[in-house]
Amino acid sequence: MLGFAQLFASRLVKAAAILIAIVVMNFFLVHAAPGDPATVMAGEAGAADEKFVTQLREQFGLDRPLYEQLGTYIGKVVQGDLGFSYRQQRPVWDILAERLPATLVLTLTAFILALAAGVALGTLAAVTVGTWADSAITVVALLAYATPIYWIGLMLSLLFSIQLGWLPAFGYETIGAGYTGLAHVADVAVHLILPVITLALFYMAGYARLTRASMLEVRSLDFVKTAKAKGLTQGRIVTRHVLRNAILPVITVAGIQAGQLVGGSILIETVFAWPGIGRLAFEAVLQRDYQVLLGIFLVTSVMVILFNILTDILYGLVDPRIQVSQ
Amino acid sequence: MMNSDFWRAFARNKGAVLGLAILIAIVVLAAFASVLFPGDPWEMATAPFQPPLSEDAMLGSDMLGRDIASGIAHGARVSLLIGLTSTAAALAIGVTLGALAGFHGGKVDDAIMRFTELFQTIPNFVLAVVLVAIFTPSLTTIVLAIAIVSWPPLARLARAEFLSLRSREFVQAAITTGQSNSTIILRQILPNSLSPIIVSASLMVATAILLESSLSFLGLGDPNAMSWGYMIGAARTVIRQAWWMSVFPGLAIVLTVLALNLVGEGLNDALNPKLARSRG
Repeated sequence: MLGFAQLFASRLVKAAAILIAIVVMNFFLVHAAPGDPATVMAGEAGAADEKFVTQLREQFGLDRPLYEQLGTYIGKVVQGDLGFSYRQQRPVWDILAERLPATLVLTLTAFILALAAGVALGTLAAVTVGTWADSAITVVALLAYATPIYWIGLMLSLLFSIQLGWLPAFGYETIGAGYTGLAHVADVAVHLILPVITLALFYMAGYARLTRASMLEVRSLDFVKTAKAKGLTQGRIVTRHVLRNAILPVITVAGIQAGQLVGGSILIETVFAWPGIGRLAFEAVLQRDYQVLLGIFLVTSVMVILFNILTDILYGLVDPRIQVSQ
Repeated sequence: MMNSDFWRAFARNKGAVLGLAILIAIVVLAAFASVLFPGDPWEMATAPFQPPLSEDAMLGSDMLGRDIASGIAHGARVSLLIGLTSTAAALAIGVTLGALAGFHGGKVDDAIMRFTELFQTIPNFVLAVVLVAIFTPSLTTIVLAIAIVSWPPLARLARAEFLSLRSREFVQAAITTGQSNSTIILRQILPNSLSPIIVSASLMVATAILLESSLSFLGLGDPNAMSWGYMIGAARTVIRQAWWMSVFPGLAIVLTVLALNLVGEGLNDALNPKLARSRG
């Protein structure tokens, strides 16, 4: 397992470097926020007299040189201190931590669904290349690519909640129902269906197109001919030989797109009133709560890095060459 | 490049021709918006909550009595304008960085690619939201924010092109004849790497329009410019009573983005004939 461990370690080092760069960027964005941070903070706290501003400036070290402030900032972030929201009168991290689980559930489920369904549909399209099933999948993918996800969400809730009444239109659970245990899980799952499908649809379309193209490319390679010559069944050739190799670029792209998926949750959570980080971002935009917004930027960036590590592990598990070198 | 061969290859892709037709219709709609729908799209034109096919509002009116059709026509201007300018800005950043990385290689390449990777890791929509919110929403900030989050793929593409063309004979010849780096980059390599860049740029206009609509859906649009995303965002809360307010602007976005994607694929077939043929 040496090859895999080495790959994993080098990825971790890279992730740490990117994380530091993002923290630095976040620091400069805090400073770019309109007005002097102290004035902004004072304004957010609802008091703007000169004395209070000066006091804030000293308290937060805003009269120190920039590099010194950057050092202090990094030190604080490392300890999980992401600043204080004067709008909500609470530390930013506390607000985020409360919302994080809902977003993780939403994005992880959507990510897995998009990958699984996309690869399955792409495989189907590649196996049936040139038939109606292939064309249908291509057309759906093209449409899903052109449709804003928040609009898909609105249309799906118009159809399935407002017209048909099958699924709840918004929220995380039935308010006031007081479900516990399994009933609670089922209740959340039902609320999860529409947001997850909406978020997954766009990426599923992309992965389906990519899987199709990649499979068509791989299936003409020599080792597939060898497998055929050995007399393996069609099903075994597709799953063990073609798909296993064709899926690698899909996993790479999925890793790269993880960031977009996390970003897309802002729109989905806004549409479905899902009480996660994304919905919080929308609220913070409305209230111009920059501290919370920048906290969200940092936390979502960390989420993307984690998603990337996850796809790296997935890649290592699937890649036949890495398996061979064990 | 725009000769008859090009058009023949383009026209062979039926989807691309359809896309081009839709796109021309949208451009005409945008160009004649103030002739077709004189008056401010923000002004009350009729009674609120008029359903589609009403006497003075073909596509209905919104909760403040503004004409949806007028909003869509005027919104087309904003979408196309932002789509084109932000793509131009993204091209300027991406192609410059990619060209420098690919041409110089070595440490310059390493540094630029690390930087590109950083921007590819950052959740780009979150960054766009943060940038527009902090620097207050306006056409300029929206265009810049979209450009800042969308240049990395262009940089990667330009880098790959420059890297492969750098070692070609005509470039080596230019180096031996003592042409300056900037002349070689601009006059020798760039013209030869344009095809794939044009294709990506056409697809990026579509992505930029989607990004703009998402920003204005969240209330981060230019407060003076009517836009499709804003219309959907504003009508979201009354979707139960008035579906048309969200449905029609959404269809406008889908049509525009679809048309641009189809045109992009047609350009790809026409400009990269080898690739198109090998695909089947």
